[in-house]
Amino acid sequence: MSHSKKASIFNKDIERTTWHDETLWFVRQKRDKMAYVIPEFQQLRDLASQIKEHTLSQLDEYLLEFERNALKNGVHVHWAADAKEHNEIVLKILKKHKAKKIVKSKSMLTEECHLNPFLQQHAIKVVDTDLGERIIQLRDEAPSHIVLPAIHLKKEDVGETFHQHLNTPKGEKDPQRLTEAARQHLREKFVQADAALTGVNFAIAETGSVVVCTNEGNADLGVNLAKVHIACMGFEKIIPRFNDLSVFTRLLARSATGQPITTYTSHFTKPRPGAEMHVVIVDNGRTQQLGREDFYNSLKCIRCGACMNTCPVYRRSGGHSYNFTVPGPIGSILSPNLDLKKHSSLPFASTLCGSCTEVCPVKIDIHVQLYKWRQQIGESNALPMSKKLSMKVMSKVLASSKLFSFSGKMGRTMIKWLPYSMTHNKSVNPWAKARELPEVPEHSFREWYKQNK
Amino acid sequence: MKIALFVPCYVDQFYPNVGIATLQLLEKLGVEVDFPMEQTCCGQPMANTGFEKDSIPVYNHFVKTFTGYDYIVTPSGSCAYHVKKHYNIIEQTTAVKEVRSKTIELVSFITDVLKVKELPVTFPYKVGLHVSCHGQRGLKNATASEITPDHDGLVLSLLKNIKGIDLTVLNRNDECCGFGGSFCVSEEAVSAKMGIDRVNDHVKNGTQVLTGADMSCLMHLEGIVRREKLAMKVMHIAEILNGNKV
Repeated sequence: MSHSKKASIFNKDIERTTWHDETLWFVRQKRDKMAYVIPEFQQLRDLASQIKEHTLSQLDEYLLEFERNALKNGVHVHWAADAKEHNEIVLKILKKHKAKKIVKSKSMLTEECHLNPFLQQHAIKVVDTDLGERIIQLRDEAPSHIVLPAIHLKKEDVGETFHQHLNTPKGEKDPQRLTEAARQHLREKFVQADAALTGVNFAIAETGSVVVCTNEGNADLGVNLAKVHIACMGFEKIIPRFNDLSVFTRLLARSATGQPITTYTSHFTKPRPGAEMHVVIVDNGRTQQLGREDFYNSLKCIRCGACMNTCPVYRRSGGHSYNFTVPGPIGSILSPNLDLKKHSSLPFASTLCGSCTEVCPVKIDIHVQLYKWRQQIGESNALPMSKKLSMKVMSKVLASSKLFSFSGKMGRTMIKWLPYSMTHNKSVNPWAKARELPEVPEHSFREWYKQNK
Repeated sequence: MKIALFVPCYVDQFYPNVGIATLQLLEKLGVEVDFPMEQTCCGQPMANTGFEKDSIPVYNHFVKTFTGYDYIVTPSGSCAYHVKKHYNIIEQTTAVKEVRSKTIELVSFITDVLKVKELPVTFPYKVGLHVSCHGQRGLKNATASEITPDHDGLVLSLLKNIKGIDLTVLNRNDECCGFGGSFCVSEEAVSAKMGIDRVNDHVKNGTQVLTGADMSCLMHLEGIVRREKLAMKVMHIAEILNGNKV
């Protein structure tokens, strides 16, 4: 189903749409406050963008440097070409340790690779331990946002879910009580876990360590209790030096949630005595994107979600309407790389207002890329022939003042003489569902000009 | 100075008064204006839909029509931005380069070229300014809330100096109206919701006259205002600056 169809279903509950919009706008405003108080915020964005530009330009070298240093630290490093390989590597590690129960935190990559269902097929129980992730896991839903995965839910919805799964009292909607119930429930899972899986926010080539940023401390708890730690990362997570990290930690939480820094910024460098640490480095289409001149810099993304919070379309259509692991503007430029036809409606789920580009902490020109993806989609066979033909006709008309004036006059006359019920027929004219057509003037500007000048 | 007026296609057909106000305003400011009759459209409609290549004949037609002028002035930030930004796909001949650099949005022309800071107009209404995204983030004619809390811009600077005017303070100063070209029909539900939310912001904060430098945003917002039968009036900035009556 296209984004617009899903979005129109989302908009059927207009009050909820308004609530969703206002909730995320609140996050955007928190971000603004945090950005305004840093005088060098714009320079930080420039710097972050340049560090990523440099890194992407010699990604192979930095990845190998990372591997060398990680191996020196006693970390196992794995390379996965795609989602399938990633999942198989993880499974192999888990099987080796006879792990049956694992806890997971902070990983959009494992969402991208659909790791949970894969492991469940192999009789391994996965528990997502981020509160938001746990909520949607209990509901068997996909995340609707990369930082706030359950942002589409109200506290009442969470209360109902917890009542069903965690035995909280029916009707309980107090956030503190619900969180406490989740804490107690998750403690048990942490203690029982045979292995801990985490994502990676940054991988430092110079030190071979990975950095995970969380607000709940769940990554630390998982990793420090279990015997095996598997950190999964897309290969664009690499940064060259330890010193570069501060630029990104200053930007990440400010852009994401309007916090000065995440509550926990955890560095994982080597395994504890008696424990094992693995890093799985995943490509899954990233090399292809890196090779696209117009789109490679989308790999600069640090997954802050600011473009979602600011996007007036995302706020009014919800993350699920994008039908891709990463929703919103950034998802709309990442997804066509993987499957142009399947995701062909996403670059059009934008007014090209450019707000995403302005908030992006690593200065990805998101709206420019949306425009460019549209051109690629236009040239492919992803759009219906009727649309292609109508564009050709339009081009002919608009390249000739005679045809233009004639068609304009015809159009105006038709609107004028056809009954309102036809010109404003909602099934034929989507414009008229919520809007009146402009009032038809007596004459066009050029007709007036001819007569009066 | 040889000035051409470019009246965007939909303004020509549906909002001739905006074209007339623009022309009269420029003449009042002592500018001699030519309206090349061959003109049609900037080509944005096809390009935004993913058919940039089909726009090429329209781009070439635009360049041919407007070659030789010192400035090509248009009452639309969006069309000016399109010419400047997206005419990069045709061969960059001297004519193309000149037309791209000389196409200018009306208010920038008044403030930056003519250096006019104030117009002798009285407008005793509560006026709400809709900042258009292409004018603001595209042409950089106004500050953006992603970067700074300060609201400023070329249109605002002219409006501020109008006698009797009372400017609306909005809850969201620069959120997109949701028009977005073909987006307004292909993503009808979101487009309408965005427009309704913008209009409501103006209603809540007392706007009597809603204005802006882009008629496409205003066409969409006016469509909602009229559907909802609101008392608010929608006028292009050229109409206010020209001293048109409400």
